[in-house]
Amino acid sequence: MTYRVHVRVIPRAGLLDPQGQAVEHALGALGFGGVSRVRVGRAVELDVTAASRDEAHAHARRMCDRLLANPVTEDYIVEVEEG
Amino acid sequence: MQRVAVLRFPGSNRDLDALRAAERAGCDAYFVWHRDTDLQGADAVILPGGFSYGDYLRSGAIARFSPVMQAVQRHAAEGGAVIGICNGFQILCEAGLLPGALVRNGRLAFVAKPVDLRVERTDTVFTSAFARGDRVRVPVAHGDGRFVADPSALDRLEAEGCVVVRYLAPGAGIEPNPNGSSRHIAGICNPAGTIVGLMPHPENAIDPLQGAEDGRGFFTSLAAWQSLAGRR
Repeated sequence: MTYRVHVRVIPRAGLLDPQGQAVEHALGALGFGGVSRVRVGRAVELDVTAASRDEAHAHARRMCDRLLANPVTEDYIVEVEEG
Repeated sequence: MQRVAVLRFPGSNRDLDALRAAERAGCDAYFVWHRDTDLQGADAVILPGGFSYGDYLRSGAIARFSPVMQAVQRHAAEGGAVIGICNGFQILCEAGLLPGALVRNGRLAFVAKPVDLRVERTDTVFTSAFARGDRVRVPVAHGDGRFVADPSALDRLEAEGCVVVRYLAPGAGIEPNPNGSSRHIAGICNPAGTIVGLMPHPENAIDPLQGAEDGRGFFTSLAAWQSLAGRR
């Protein structure tokens, strides 16, 4: 079974995120009020072949731990949908 | 004569500068391609600056899985010297050979200019020619140079004397911390002082034509270093 995996990698809370600050400032300048705590990270999409949804999820988490996210500076969220 | 392997990744660009700086200090320096797994009897390995693999994903994140890095891991585990400059420092952190990480500069801009450093530790492969407290001016050229680690890791680095060079605090006539690095850290080492990573480029300050010569001490340190293997 092939699963579509969405990985979101976000700078860890507490770590200065100058990109997020710059985007927040720009949104304010454009008149978008009420915006706070903007963080800029990255999204990775991949197809994973696995026996089950749980296995695809576990597989993707290992990929995050080893490569897709930096454990020192980033958190990640994995979402799996049937492909 | 110290045998120094200068690694070349796709996208390395200070590799020749590092090679020449090591040669000029009296080392026998040569290039090793990232696909090679033989360091050819190196006493020391330099991971040079540049943008390995285009810095895709994160700076150094892909390079750390190069075939040559397995040889570097073994070399480091045996007490061999490893020096990472700029992108090389990023690779060493990604590879877990040094703690922490290098992230986007605090003010987002790429910075390329001279900075003033204070030498904090001198019994390392790359700083033995200096005295503690020496001030040196060498250039930086990076977009992801802000050193970060969790507070306990930073405390451990300080307690174990693993901060090698620090940016000077702002002051008259001083080129200060250019990137918002934690505790003004510009370079660190492992407790033994055999693995050193730093963001500034001493190889670009070894000749009057480059506008500065303060970087020479780093390479004379390397040339004079007695490897742990040599001491056995």
